[in-house]
Amino acid sequence: MVQVGELKEGDTILKLEDIHMYFGKVAALAGISLEVKKGEIHSIIGPNGAGKTVMMNCINGLYKPQRGDIFFKGQRVNNIRPYRRAELGISRTFQKLELFGGMTVLDNIRLGRHIHLKSGVVSGSIYVGKTKQEEIDSRKFIEEEIIDLLEIESIRDQPAHMLPYGLQKRVELGRALALDPELLLLDEPLAGLNLEEVEDMARFILDLNEEKRWKVTCILVEHDMGVVMDISHRVNVLNFGNQITDGTPEEVQANPEVVKAYLGEEDLYATRR
Amino acid sequence: MNGSGIEITKDLTIPKLFLSQCKKYGKEKVAMREKEFGIWIPFTWQDYYDNVKYLCLGMVSLGLKRGDKVAMIGDNRPEGLWAEMAAMCAGGVGVWLFQDCMMDEVKYIIDHSDSKFFVGETQEEVDKALSIKDDCPELECIIWDDPKGMRNYHQDYLMSIKKVQELGKELDKREPGLFEKMINEGHGDDLCLLFYTSGTTALPKGALLTHWNMLTMGQNLMSVDPCYDTDDFVSYLPFAWIGEQMMSISCGLQVGYTLNFPEEPETAPENIREIGPHVMFAPPRLYEGMTRQVQVKYIDSTWIKRKIYEFATKVGYKVANLKFEKKPVPWQWKLLNWVAYVTMQKKLKDHLGMSRLRHCYTGGAAMGPDHFRFFHALGVNLKQIYGQTEVAGISIVHRDGDIKFDTVGTPIPDTEVRITDEGEIITKSPSVFQGYYKNEEATEKTLVDGWLYSGDRGFIDEEGHLVVFDRSKDVMTLSDGRPFSPQYLETRLKFSPFIQEAWAIGDKREYVTAVMCIDYAVVGKWADDRKINYTSYPELSQELKVYDLVQLQIEEANKDLPGPAKIHKFVNLYKVFDADDEELTRTSKLRRAFVGNRYKDIVDALYSDSDIVHIDTKITYEDGREQRIKTDLHIQKVNV
Repeated sequence: MVQVGELKEGDTILKLEDIHMYFGKVAALAGISLEVKKGEIHSIIGPNGAGKTVMMNCINGLYKPQRGDIFFKGQRVNNIRPYRRAELGISRTFQKLELFGGMTVLDNIRLGRHIHLKSGVVSGSIYVGKTKQEEIDSRKFIEEEIIDLLEIESIRDQPAHMLPYGLQKRVELGRALALDPELLLLDEPLAGLNLEEVEDMARFILDLNEEKRWKVTCILVEHDMGVVMDISHRVNVLNFGNQITDGTPEEVQANPEVVKAYLGEEDLYATRR
Repeated sequence: MNGSGIEITKDLTIPKLFLSQCKKYGKEKVAMREKEFGIWIPFTWQDYYDNVKYLCLGMVSLGLKRGDKVAMIGDNRPEGLWAEMAAMCAGGVGVWLFQDCMMDEVKYIIDHSDSKFFVGETQEEVDKALSIKDDCPELECIIWDDPKGMRNYHQDYLMSIKKVQELGKELDKREPGLFEKMINEGHGDDLCLLFYTSGTTALPKGALLTHWNMLTMGQNLMSVDPCYDTDDFVSYLPFAWIGEQMMSISCGLQVGYTLNFPEEPETAPENIREIGPHVMFAPPRLYEGMTRQVQVKYIDSTWIKRKIYEFATKVGYKVANLKFEKKPVPWQWKLLNWVAYVTMQKKLKDHLGMSRLRHCYTGGAAMGPDHFRFFHALGVNLKQIYGQTEVAGISIVHRDGDIKFDTVGTPIPDTEVRITDEGEIITKSPSVFQGYYKNEEATEKTLVDGWLYSGDRGFIDEEGHLVVFDRSKDVMTLSDGRPFSPQYLETRLKFSPFIQEAWAIGDKREYVTAVMCIDYAVVGKWADDRKINYTSYPELSQELKVYDLVQLQIEEANKDLPGPAKIHKFVNLYKVFDADDEELTRTSKLRRAFVGNRYKDIVDALYSDSDIVHIDTKITYEDGREQRIKTDLHIQKVNV
């Protein structure tokens, strides 16, 4: 099995083996296997209802597959609860925004940091020693790494629900980053964005993946084929719970089955060019 | 001598002054602050000195020589100012570009100025420089300061500011004292800045300014309105605008006040409020924006707040008018004004960041009397300034207690202003520039016997105040033969919060018409409240109810205008005038000849019987992409 401990680039960070997930008699996932290497942007594509989001939910622990194993950094995580998986380094964004509307942008992001705060009630209530240092570190991390990266300085004190959709998506990414993840699950981060916002978001994903500070491995569920084919290292294609193929963008585009099932006869790049 | 006790001589240069100020204040005083990562980070004069010194030596070790041009682009930030000061210390000449310049403009300026160094801020500016490098043979080195996104750039002529400063430190070890030696070689008559003017008609022209020009300008302004080294100034307008250079360098360095740089351009209003500057200089559009913001908040607020606002502005206007007429304010009005101050003005000024403001200037374009009165009614000491890049900033300013809202004031010391027989404003002062770079023809036209020909038409009134009418070529002739300033009409129209831009047409025509650009946010809100559906600016602008709204605003502005100047017809444009489409200059002045040509169909339709005009055109985005627009614009008549 995969080794435990610090991973190098190219080591397997996440492995799904023969995952089966049923809702009643509907097989949402029928024997899916997936191997994600550290440092990759691994995209999952497929038509609506293919099981992409179900797969994300299985990885982060919202759903428990009936059969099959999930390994994160060599550790079997099937029975670990979602918040514990978050502590291990799996973080995600949601297809439908799950922000706390009444809270400010900053508070939403800080919430993502909560899992890393270890100081106790007593120290927290009088704000000394450990708490103080923790707060200072976490402020530094949020301001210097996240807010600066996502360029949301001007909205940091605004309530999340007042913001345009594109910015809310950014804030959600910010909250996911506050966990300081090793593996980031992005569920349709580009859906509903305009061209400029798509370009910004694609750039953030690339920055997160390549910048020395982050080097986050990403699993990307997305319909925007132009972006998927441009930024992914590998692409996994699902259809009705079955895996069609898994390969580099070039291989996937050349696969006749993929074209038939999902992409149609059109040129792949025709989507948003 | 000015308030700071510094004597400006021909021998003094900006770097020499910089050196003596750094010695004087050292680690004791904050020279500048930048808001970064959510907190204000101070830099003392010692930090300022160190950063400039090593950056300067670094550039020297990369080949910067006396007289070489250093182009700079980026948001207002300490690094930008360091680069400019470093270039000057080495005897170089600074060339600033507007942050939002399109590729063609960047290329033209870099190439025309023969810039050897390019200092950008982020990947965006570096990309601009890289794509023009092959067309600009003089360009040797590109420097950046924000590492974001720069991980995949490995060209050897590309370097970070930090790296350059390290080279500077090495050079300093090899040749200690070189920095001071270079500074001492400078002379007041050396060039320090090559400033490209926005140009409402043609390609930008590069005005050559010396240290002497810049320093005398600052000294003369400061002798009118002294500032102190305990003051704060917020630097947020483009460094490529002479007004910002004047405040940050000419005045700032002499006085030694603290410069504050906002976190991002978008956070500037918030950051200004946090700092509460003592002095402010901005073009009218910023004050117009503030006025609009207040008017909109007023419409949105509760009944009681609206009543208090109405009371306080009424009192404010009355008191301001008395002051304009130079009449004493009776005690009962003083009392009422105090009530107005406590209930409204104080709070509103705090929100606008104007609580501590002592001097507040507007210049660079015409400001309408309505806006001007509005700020005085709030108790803000707003003054007009008149000048141009070619006099290193300004030459005319209002004096405290002698403010007339239809004039721009009286000349600052050492400055002579006259009107030629043709009505053109001409100026003579030590700050008058040296000529245009590589443009003899334009220099000869503009500089005659040491007099600067401004190209503006105006006159001097009985109290010695200069009244600027308009650009000579823009002045229009009305149907009854009298000359009229279209700018005046436009500024009146823009007092309405619903109107963002306006363009008045009517030169040698039967009647006056206007092309209007609605304010998307304000009119959008207005439409939301009335359940009018729209998806985009073009759609909202063509909504008939919006037309009626705009008509009301025009009728309001028409009230005080003489008959032939009244606006008869208007059309709502499908977009706002934009500098990226070359419709405005980078300092937001309307380029009449250009728009006249571009929207010829609209102008023709305004002077025909048709009530609709068909449009088929394209708009340009900042990254150069274009989009085609096909639409029909409705033309509406105004009840005159």
